[in-house]
Amino acid sequence: MKFVIQAPIAFIRLTYQSVYLALSQIWANKTRSILTTIGIVIGVASVTAVIAALTGLKAKVLTQVETLGTNSIFIQPRTPKTGPLQHASWWTIRFKPEHFDNLLEHCPSVSQFGRMTWVGNYTVSHREKSVENVTVRGTEPAVHKIDSRPVTIGRPLSVIDEMQVRQVCLIDPKLRNDLRLDRDCIGQSILISHNTFYIIGVLEPRPENAFGGGNQEQSEIFIPYKTSLKMQRYPFIMAIAESESAEVSDDALAEISFFLRKTRNIKPGEPDTFEVMSLQNALETFNKIALMVTMVAGGIVGISLLVGGVGIMNIMLVSVSERTREIGLRKAVGAKKTAILTQFLIEAIVLCFFGGLVGVGFGHLLTKALSSIPKIQLDMAYIPLWAIGLSFAFAGTVGIFFGMFPAIKAAKLDPIEALRHE
Amino acid sequence: MQTVSNKNRKLIIRLQDVERIYKVGVESIHALGGINLELYENEYVAVMGPSGSGKSTLMNVLGCLDRATSGSYELDGENTTKMTDASLARVRNERIGFVFQSFELLGQVSALKNVEMPLIYSKNGWWTRRKRALSVLERVGLGDRVKHKPNQLSGGEKQRVAIARALVCNPSILLADEPTGNLDSKTSDGILQLFDQLHQEGQTIILVTHEDYVSHHAKRIIHMKDGHICSDLSNNRDPRNNAVTQDRKPEEKV
Repeated sequence: MKFVIQAPIAFIRLTYQSVYLALSQIWANKTRSILTTIGIVIGVASVTAVIAALTGLKAKVLTQVETLGTNSIFIQPRTPKTGPLQHASWWTIRFKPEHFDNLLEHCPSVSQFGRMTWVGNYTVSHREKSVENVTVRGTEPAVHKIDSRPVTIGRPLSVIDEMQVRQVCLIDPKLRNDLRLDRDCIGQSILISHNTFYIIGVLEPRPENAFGGGNQEQSEIFIPYKTSLKMQRYPFIMAIAESESAEVSDDALAEISFFLRKTRNIKPGEPDTFEVMSLQNALETFNKIALMVTMVAGGIVGISLLVGGVGIMNIMLVSVSERTREIGLRKAVGAKKTAILTQFLIEAIVLCFFGGLVGVGFGHLLTKALSSIPKIQLDMAYIPLWAIGLSFAFAGTVGIFFGMFPAIKAAKLDPIEALRHE
Repeated sequence: MQTVSNKNRKLIIRLQDVERIYKVGVESIHALGGINLELYENEYVAVMGPSGSGKSTLMNVLGCLDRATSGSYELDGENTTKMTDASLARVRNERIGFVFQSFELLGQVSALKNVEMPLIYSKNGWWTRRKRALSVLERVGLGDRVKHKPNQLSGGEKQRVAIARALVCNPSILLADEPTGNLDSKTSDGILQLFDQLHQEGQTIILVTHEDYVSHHAKRIIHMKDGHICSDLSNNRDPRNNAVTQDRKPEEKV
């Protein structure tokens, strides 16, 4: 019983004294300690920065997905990876409007569906002002319900606009400013390639780098789908759908694929000439890539920690042989093997922890620097707490692993020999 | 040959037929060839002999740094021959104080920390350590130098710190291996007076030397040759009447 109480106390005392000794030793060899720990510093700094960047990227993607809704499904033509259509032009595999007719009836898991066209880039003008290169898209009303981009002024496109093939449009605030339109510009007319359109609403600017393409420099105009077909007989057509719920997202994908293969006359065994992708899928793909990047980065960081660890081992061996007489003395005055072992082991661990601490500091700076670079989507980068824990655990493990050999070497020294050592 | 009688004093060390044999290749070297020795409390012994006579080996065995190949060694009534390494470490910590020729102080820490060092390896709290280290530094006359680091101390002061470190655990024996070997004669006298003082205070002291004037301070002189004790005499001379410092080369090493 006495032993049970005394053993942990003795251990704590030994640890505390060893930490104290280790700190004074490190302080006495400042330059050497700093140089030794650089490997660990770099390893830990890179591990924290990589994790921070990935965490930030993930958070960014998630917020973007949230604005779009995770149940959204994107449908666009795509050349297959195999088969005769491998090198087909977009014209051959393009969607025709009739491919989507009655889609909702054949796909029970799909709740909403809308076609979208890319008419082209046009010069838009209002009185003397004109803006070149404005993307004009035709959208069915359902598209705006799925891609929940709010209309700030006016109203969205309606079924009546669609049915009557009205010459109406939604614009974004950038275009409104560029054309010097009034803030409340509803009812005013603009010219899109010599056709007059009436503005019915102003959209919120598109979130940065959202799915479905979005160029901040370029302005967008949305017109009714049928109106767009009138402007351009064979536009590039894609579609957006929404599944009933996240659970049936995969069903919805399968139903749409099946339906489109039928309407596009793709024979069994032939590959798809289109792509049906849910955000759920995209998210999973992203997560896979993120995991892979994490693992590759982890491997690289592992190597740098290994190199750092070898550095620690090297310097500990130097320290042991430099302090042979000290070890002999300590043994002569009654230090047990375990005490010597603990002292050197803890010195290595303290060195590594010190490296870890500085490394986390550098990692923090690196993260700050990364998040301040514009246009690389890392503004949400931050170091999660578990990454700091992980870094320290890594550093500690490296310390134990690479400190063990020199510590055992020190503990095994014969005191008589050690005291005679020059 | 005159044997020393210590009938009424407590027996501290008893060596019986202690041999220490080193094996070098196929040859065995008898560093100690059957030593019998008894030491009593508060004795002041000088071990003398030419180099290679086995006096260092004897010190190592007495100090529990080395084990006898055969024979038995009892310290304070306990047989150390069969002890584990850990137990021997504890014996060194609690019963033996070492003083070395080259002081062996830790250069980066103060005199006080140096003296406290052995107490780290025994079960003493911070406060006890400090108190005992301070009192023992006072005892060797360094009460005002406790915060100094070894490089701020003279050779004699360094050896005093080392002696304080040896005494801090209240050892049964103080083992000094050429304690004045690195000191000039004047400083040596100071250190030897300190040993005299410690002896008067009741400390058991064994010192190894090859200098006569050092051994004259001891009350018993053991001469060794080829791993054997060749004489064991009591010494009743007063060291102050033996001003034999002149046969020593002045300041060979400082």
